Amino acid sequence: MCGIVGLFLKDKSMEPLLGSLLSDMLVTMTDRGPDSAGIAIYGSGTPGQAKITLQSATPETDFAALGAALSDTLGTLVSLTIKDTHAVVSLPRDQLNPARSLLSNHHPSIRVTSTGDSIEIYKETGLPKDVLQRFDIRKMTGTHGIGHTRMATESAVTTLGAHPFSTGSDQCLVHNGSLSNHNNLRRELKRIGMQFETENDSEVAAAYLTAEMKRGKDLGEALDSAIQDLDGFFTFVVGTRSGFGVLRDPIACKPAVMAETDRYVAFGSEYRALVGLPDIENARVWEPEPATVYFWDHEKAA
Amino acid sequence: MSYQNPPTKPRHSATFDDYTLSEIRRAAATGIYDIRGGGAKRKVPHFDDLLFLGASISRYPLEGYRERCDTNVVLGWRFAKKPIELKIPITIAGMSFGSLSGQAKEALGRGATLAGTSTTTGDGGMTEEERGHSSILVYQYLPSRYGMNPKDLRRADAIEVVVGQGAKPGGGGMLLGQKISDRVAEMRTLPKGIDQRSACRHPDWTGPDDLEIKINELREITDWEKPIYVKVGGSRPYYDTALAVKSGADVVVLDGMQGGTAATQEVFIENVGLPTLACIRPAVQALQDLGMHRKVQLIVSGGIRSGADVAKALALGADAVSIGTAALVAIGDNDPRWEAEYNALGTTAGAYDDWHEGKDPAGITTQDPELAMRLDPVAAGRRLANYLKVMTLEAQTIARACGKNHVHNLEPEDLCALTIEASAMAQVPLAGTNWIPGKGGL
Amino acid sequence: MPQFDLSDTPLRELNQALHSVPEGSNDTHFEVINPRGSHSVAVGIDQPLTVEIKGNVGYYCAGMNAEATVTVHGSAGPGVAENMMSGTVIIEGDASQYAGATGRGGLLVIKGNAASRCGISMKGIDIVVHGSIGHMSAFMAQSGHLVVLGDAGEALGDSLYEAKLFVRGEVKSLGADCIEKPMKPEHLEKLAELLERAGVTDVKPEEFRRYGSARKLYNFNIDNADAY
Repeated sequence: MCGIVGLFLKDKSMEPLLGSLLSDMLVTMTDRGPDSAGIAIYGSGTPGQAKITLQSATPETDFAALGAALSDTLGTLVSLTIKDTHAVVSLPRDQLNPARSLLSNHHPSIRVTSTGDSIEIYKETGLPKDVLQRFDIRKMTGTHGIGHTRMATESAVTTLGAHPFSTGSDQCLVHNGSLSNHNNLRRELKRIGMQFETENDSEVAAAYLTAEMKRGKDLGEALDSAIQDLDGFFTFVVGTRSGFGVLRDPIACKPAVMAETDRYVAFGSEYRALVGLPDIENARVWEPEPATVYFWDHEKAA
Repeated sequence: MSYQNPPTKPRHSATFDDYTLSEIRRAAATGIYDIRGGGAKRKVPHFDDLLFLGASISRYPLEGYRERCDTNVVLGWRFAKKPIELKIPITIAGMSFGSLSGQAKEALGRGATLAGTSTTTGDGGMTEEERGHSSILVYQYLPSRYGMNPKDLRRADAIEVVVGQGAKPGGGGMLLGQKISDRVAEMRTLPKGIDQRSACRHPDWTGPDDLEIKINELREITDWEKPIYVKVGGSRPYYDTALAVKSGADVVVLDGMQGGTAATQEVFIENVGLPTLACIRPAVQALQDLGMHRKVQLIVSGGIRSGADVAKALALGADAVSIGTAALVAIGDNDPRWEAEYNALGTTAGAYDDWHEGKDPAGITTQDPELAMRLDPVAAGRRLANYLKVMTLEAQTIARACGKNHVHNLEPEDLCALTIEASAMAQVPLAGTNWIPGKGGL
Repeated sequence: MPQFDLSDTPLRELNQALHSVPEGSNDTHFEVINPRGSHSVAVGIDQPLTVEIKGNVGYYCAGMNAEATVTVHGSAGPGVAENMMSGTVIIEGDASQYAGATGRGGLLVIKGNAASRCGISMKGIDIVVHGSIGHMSAFMAQSGHLVVLGDAGEALGDSLYEAKLFVRGEVKSLGADCIEKPMKPEHLEKLAELLERAGVTDVKPEEFRRYGSARKLYNFNIDNADAY
């Protein structure tokens, strides 16, 4: 249960504004979820390089130790940038797996919030304005991003329980609603090797889409399957490296508003989230239809 | 028949017992599920399975009738300018005009007012009978919105947003056409005599994030004066209580599966929801985790019958209880003096539950004017007041025995359980041990 | 004319002012600027006031309105004019889901489109939508009129009672127990009146089709169980 915002930029000149626009949108949705907030930003990325976003409850000691271990094991091409409780490791893409095994084997208290070429995910408990400020989100640039503010329903109010959930490279999902078959689905996904960090129903949805995409579907096709396989109430906003998708369940009673202009596509749980966007007065504003996949892709558009 | 060849005594199946067999035949003959009123009739762990630990040497009791033991309760002071002040921690649960006669609603209002407590409207709007005779009236805001209007919202003393009820958490309702009289039909904007189907979700919000906005609208309309209750059926009491609090409720009303309904499917009543006993501790835990215990009040209902039940619910952490079925019995429901008429309906006093059919010999769950005339609202109101007074005295007796100068000072530690089931559900030790299943101890 | 700027005035002040206009007051015309999607704007009015809202509003604008005329010069969020008793609410732009939910009287005019569940559980209100409406509109609608100049989404009039539905465009599908019914002179007359009150001048009542309840769910019958 929560507030969702999303922004997919078509106009490159807006990219420096992504962080500040998304931040304003998310703060407006504070009332819909006071427990935790999170944001995924798709930056430009560097060819051949990958990023891992990390979170720690004790960042001072954890990240210092990790920094040293990374340069010992992987060499100087790896950099680690600390932002409050989070850190972003940049490294050559072929070093991603050694870095992940180093993390899981030697730094179990550090959690991975995202990996990929361009995605960074920051999330913490607390109000959106505070969470955004801690990570200096306003200054971030990027091509698209998704934000979420959470009112926890049945799973714990923790950092890991915050959205967005990322279960695959450059993938993320936020959810408003409540799934009713997530326990069975989680068991099936575990059986095929998916791993879960939380008891959250939304993480199951994220993992489901990741599993479907591993089978060769694109995001749009994976969302199509979700209509059949997920039960309950949901509005999803999902991101991939170049794509941005929206899906509501067939009953579609959780709120959702979208706006599109030549320069961007925006999503908000309420219209309030969109009022600060440039030229919103002239945007095409609509409510997404039930059981209908909406999907934009920078690469397909290009 | 002989010693050498003894007959096998006919043996009934415990699984396919008489009741089950009759239900299979009934379903096969009629093609419709059984609809009835009331709450769960199956045996579930209940307050009877708990006992109080009276004072002796380690604790000092209070002198009965002389030393003070207060029972007052203030509901809804978190945000509302005009909280509800009750003399006793027992309220009358929501029951609709339509399911009940006008006389019955009046009787409930009279009784509650004499006792210094509140009554509650139901699915069908507010009647003059109940507003006129209830000094404190809680207005239910339901998915159907039958009879809902802002004038009555402002005439109410508190607003109860009904999300669910214990008899059917997650269910809507169906009141068969027999009870949709002219007056009921008018109040509900329905044609006379047709089945009234009630929605299971509210028409204009879903989920706690929307509920927060809805509660704010109700507050704006009523100028932030009225306490807003949120009523849920017992199913996931920890989460539901936490979410009601996060959505801005002043009071949470939690109804266990023994809580009654005017009419719903028997299969729903008996197979969905949690026993009242199992609901309370998780709800209180949620309030405590949010730092809201005793700040947001918890009203528990479903199978409350006596002052002992009241005291036990309060000891487990409730601020007040609510009665429905017991209040109807107090004013005359299922009274043996109508036994011949109950027999004519194919039932017996004490088991009559076809409230939706509107043929209630006691004149309570009916819209038939002749039957309804049988209930004298003044005398029935007096009986309800007497009963409420007895329950209060009983709860005070127990509280004094435990050394409390207010019934709210009863604690879970004042209780023990007779059965392992009750011990686990109420999270109090099994009698004579300090063992709570699932909680460790010896 | 009192003006409330919601960018610097709390909502409480606006609604309080709307609830406390003395009888016979000349100051019955209010203007609200910068609503920026706020919820519960101008709710619970019970006097013949006029409220002009310049911009978009959030949930439940003009909720439970009685007697007042509320105009939103913009779009409205979920539940606009919910449980309206009387008066007129006009949305110049689009309306989100649940527009006019459980409304009991008065006229709701939506000049743009309305989203899903328009007129859900309506109980006497008249709703005129210049554009189209979304799915599950007029679900369990009890009485009143829903007039749609454009198209209707899926499951129109599901579990309908006695509300009358008029749609000029396509109906994607009808819900359980909702059927097309013949347009009789009294319907054309009523439709003409509603169109006129809603400021529709270029459309004739004859262009609409009427939908109503088949009344098969009115008393339970096992043969209709699939519709429940």
